[in-house]
Order: sequence, then C-alpha cells, then structure tokens
Amino acid sequence: MPSPASALARALDNRNLLGLLFMLPAAALLLLFLTYPLGLGTYLGFTDTKIGRSGVWIGLENYEFLWGDAVTRLALFNTLFYTFIASVIKFALGLWLALILNKHLPFKAFFRAVVLLPFIVPTALSALAFWWIYDSQFSIISWWNARFSTIAANIWRGVPFVAITLLAGLQTISPTYYEAASLDGASPWQQFRHVTLPLLTPIIAVVMTFSVLFTFTDFQLIYVLTRGGPLNATHLMATLSFQRAIPGGNLGEGAAIATAMVPFLLAAILLSYYGLQRRAWQQGSGDK
Amino acid sequence: MSTANTAADRPVDSQGMSYLVSAQRRFFTVYLPLGAFLFVLLFPFYWMAITTFKPDEELLSHVGNPFWVNNPTLAHIKKLLFDTAYPEWLWNTVLISVVATALSLFCSVLAAYAIERLRYRGSRYVGASIFLAYLVPPSILFIPLATMVYQLNLFDTRLALILTYPTFLIPFSTWLLMGYFKTIPFELEECALIDGANRFQILVKIVLPLAVPGLISAGIFAFTLSWNEFIYALTFVSSSEVKTVPVGVVTELVEGDVYHWGSLMAGALFGSLPVAALYSFFVEYYVSGLTGAVKE
Repeated sequence: MPSPASALARALDNRNLLGLLFMLPAAALLLLFLTYPLGLGTYLGFTDTKIGRSGVWIGLENYEFLWGDAVTRLALFNTLFYTFIASVIKFALGLWLALILNKHLPFKAFFRAVVLLPFIVPTALSALAFWWIYDSQFSIISWWNARFSTIAANIWRGVPFVAITLLAGLQTISPTYYEAASLDGASPWQQFRHVTLPLLTPIIAVVMTFSVLFTFTDFQLIYVLTRGGPLNATHLMATLSFQRAIPGGNLGEGAAIATAMVPFLLAAILLSYYGLQRRAWQQGSGDK
Repeated sequence: MSTANTAADRPVDSQGMSYLVSAQRRFFTVYLPLGAFLFVLLFPFYWMAITTFKPDEELLSHVGNPFWVNNPTLAHIKKLLFDTAYPEWLWNTVLISVVATALSLFCSVLAAYAIERLRYRGSRYVGASIFLAYLVPPSILFIPLATMVYQLNLFDTRLALILTYPTFLIPFSTWLLMGYFKTIPFELEECALIDGANRFQILVKIVLPLAVPGLISAGIFAFTLSWNEFIYALTFVSSSEVKTVPVGVVTELVEGDVYHWGSLMAGALFGSLPVAALYSFFVEYYVSGLTGAVKE
C-alpha cells in the first residue's frame, strides 16, 4: 500500500497537476482582480448603481442615455481624433528617430537611454511640467489649442516608446540586405521602401497596436492637464467615465462609458492580428 | 550608379556604408534632427529643474530670461519636504511598488515556468490569454475594481493598491519571462530530472539562475510601472497618508487658484528622479524588457 508521502510525490510528477499548482497564485490574482471585474464592469453598465447604493438592472437605459448625450458624443469624437492624430504623428516621428539612432553614432547607447526618459517618468508628473510650460508660455488656451496641447504632450510621451521598439526591430535586419540592394543601385529611399519597411512591418503592427490601445484609453494626461475642459473640449472616454463615476457618483453610467471602449479596442487588436496572419501567410511561412 | 562612383573616390572606413554620406549631409540628416529630438524630449525636465530652484519673484515676473535662474533657492524643496506630506507619499510609493513587484514576480515566475516548461494541458491557451490580459487597460477596470475594493473593506489602504497593481504587472512579467525561459536549453532540465531533482528544485536551482537578466528586466519594468500608476491610486485611496507621489502631487499640491509652481515642480522632479536613477543603472535590462514584451 502506497504511503501518503509517495502518493503526493507521484501527484507532483503529473505535469497537469503540477502545472495547476504553479499557476495557482497568478491565476487567483488575475481571476479575482482582472477577469471578475471585467465581467462586473459590463454588468454595472446595465444597472443604475450609484456610490453607496447598489443598483438594479435597467437594461440598455445607460447606453440609450449616453447615445443621446452631447458630451458623450463629443468625448467619443475627441477620443478618436486624439488617438488618430497622436498615433500617426507618433509613428512618423518614432520611425524617424529610430532610423537616426540606427545610424553609426558616437555615444549611441547614451542617446538611446536619454531618449526613453519621457516614457519612464510618471506621466502625471511630466503632465504637470507641460501644464506649467503651457501656462507660462502661452497664457490663453483656447478650445482647439487645448486639444492640440494634450495631443502634443501625448506625442512627447509616446515617441520614445515607438522609437526604441522600432530601433530594436531595425537592429535585427541584416546589413547584407542593404549591401545587396546598394550593389543593385538602389537609392537610400528605395532601400528604405523595399528593404526596411517590409521587414519592419510585423513589429510596426505590434508597436502601433500597443500605442493605439494606450492612447485610446489615456487618462492621466488629460486629467492633469485639462480635466476634460474647457467646456468638455478635451474629454476622452476614460476621463468622462471617471468624471461620471467617481466624483459624479454614477457608477453604472461610468461603467457603461468604459465598456463602450471595449469594441474599439477589440477592433484594433483584431485588425493588427489578422493583418499579421495574412502577411505571414503571404510570405509562405508555416503556422507556428 | 552615381553612388558607386563617389564611393570609389572616398576613403573607406570600417563603418559599413556610412562613408557614402558626406559630413555636411550627415550633419543635416542625422545630428540636426537628433539634436531637435533631444531638445524637445528633454526640455520639460529642464523646465522642471529650473522651476524647482527659482524664487517666486522670478517665477511671477515677466521680465528677465525665463530659461535661467538668477538667484537659486531651496525654499520650494524645503516647503515640499517639511510643509507637505511628500515624504510620506514617497515612502508609500516605494513600499507599494516594491511589494507589488515582488508579489507579481513570484506569481509570474511560477506561471511562466508552468506555461513554458511544464506544458500542462491547455498551456498554449493560457499563454495566449495572459497576453490578452496584458492588453486590458486600467481605464476599463477601475470602476468595477473600486466597488470591489470598497466591498472588501480595502478602500483607502495600501493593500488595495498592492493587490490591484499585479493585474497589469503579472501579465506583463509572465509574458516577458516566458520568452526568457524559452531560451534555456531543455537538456539542462533533463539532466537534473535524471539526477532525481523535482520540478521545484529545477526551477530554483537551474532555471532561475539562468534567467536572472529576465528577472531584472521584469523587476525594473514592473517597478517603474507601479511607481507611475495613477488611475487606481487616484480612485482607491483618499487620505493623504496613504497616497502615492503622482496622486499626492496632483491632488494636494494643486489647490486653489494660486499655483505654487515651485513646489509643484520640485514634487514632480523628486517623484521622477528615483525611477530615472534606477532606470539609468539598468538601461539595457529595461530596454530588453520593453522590446521583449512587444516581440511575439
């Protein structure tokens, strides 16, 4: 008859059981504080929960109200506008900076380290610096100015991320391709267009997906710089959802706004995922 | 074919094909744009630093050079350290970041090893869902988490932040560590298995020592992420003694209509310096964490 100890030892040899055991701490935290709140948030969006009062199921009422709400529509427009403009500029500047840093430079490691600084310091704190720059240098901040000021701050913070990750992608491209291309008489532009860009596309897709996700759900910059003002001109979905839920007390409504962001995020993720799959298929690589 | 002709005229150096570009051209295509980028990227920090040391008269006056300090002062720093709860916020931030990072690393090491090496049934799907979990933004989770934190009686405690930060730290670190564990040869583990080591011993004595760079990357990255976290700390905590630096500076130093820019910028500067210093010691690890997390 096997002793309990050897039964335990045998159980620990079973990789499924052992796998379960190893997954336990991470799974417990993630299921409790990530998966469950994700569902709870969706549920809250269908209720009229307020701070200090549990709500009842009201179906689509929150969404119906938000659909007719001018501020929410403005916030949706702002979010799309902010995400689109900021992402395009971040991509262009980030790629440019990555190409510059990929050249042979003295103190390359130093430059690369310095470039990342805006990305690693707390956004709330660098946003304060931007606020003070705007406040002291451009005393009147108008409607569109406020929008472009927040976009500029977002670009400032995001360019280093795009540049450094694309630089890592550039460094994996073998120099022999460029030698071959230049022997065939390709101009620098042609080398960029036909060698660099195609080889960089997969990492561009991933980096820009991340960048779009972070920009679309941005909260800190707006909260610190403008709190959504003047006249809601800079409210994004995330700041509006905070505004309605926490200071406003309408948890249900805030949750509905937050949940309304999910389809956009999923669309961005799926777009880049299928784009990459299709590319991999075109290039004839077998599935991983 | 003009490039080929000019190439023949020029001395060849060892730096690939950069000899094809003249020094003047190089100045306009490389150094000038690089200088402009660095200027824009670093200017806010310069602004933070000079404001920190500028006396109030100079901050408010419109005459004189705004980009320089004539009579540097430590008054703002003194005010920040002795008249506000800033030291407490700093301590909270350190404590919360360190504990949340340690907790997340512990969970991530076990999870990443199980997914990558134990290969239990369904591990591929778990790996993919970990990546998806990494894409869930805090701006979607903070409302339901706030209600949970309240019901669990954790509202306004450091524990609320320590328990919720792993929601974005664990997916990130697990994903990163999976990449590192993948590079460790199977043979090492097989040898140890034959010698009678169990899986836990293998993890601690063989895999972890080889994955130290990955652990440092994940640790540094997780630490800076928790240090910079804002929306959870803003929502789950309300008393001054449990606030973190970013939230404390934004909510308590910005009060009323008169902004004390000096102490505000001092707060921003000293809240940024610790992560900047840590980062400067571990740049390579940080960059490999950043780029490793993006690569699939």
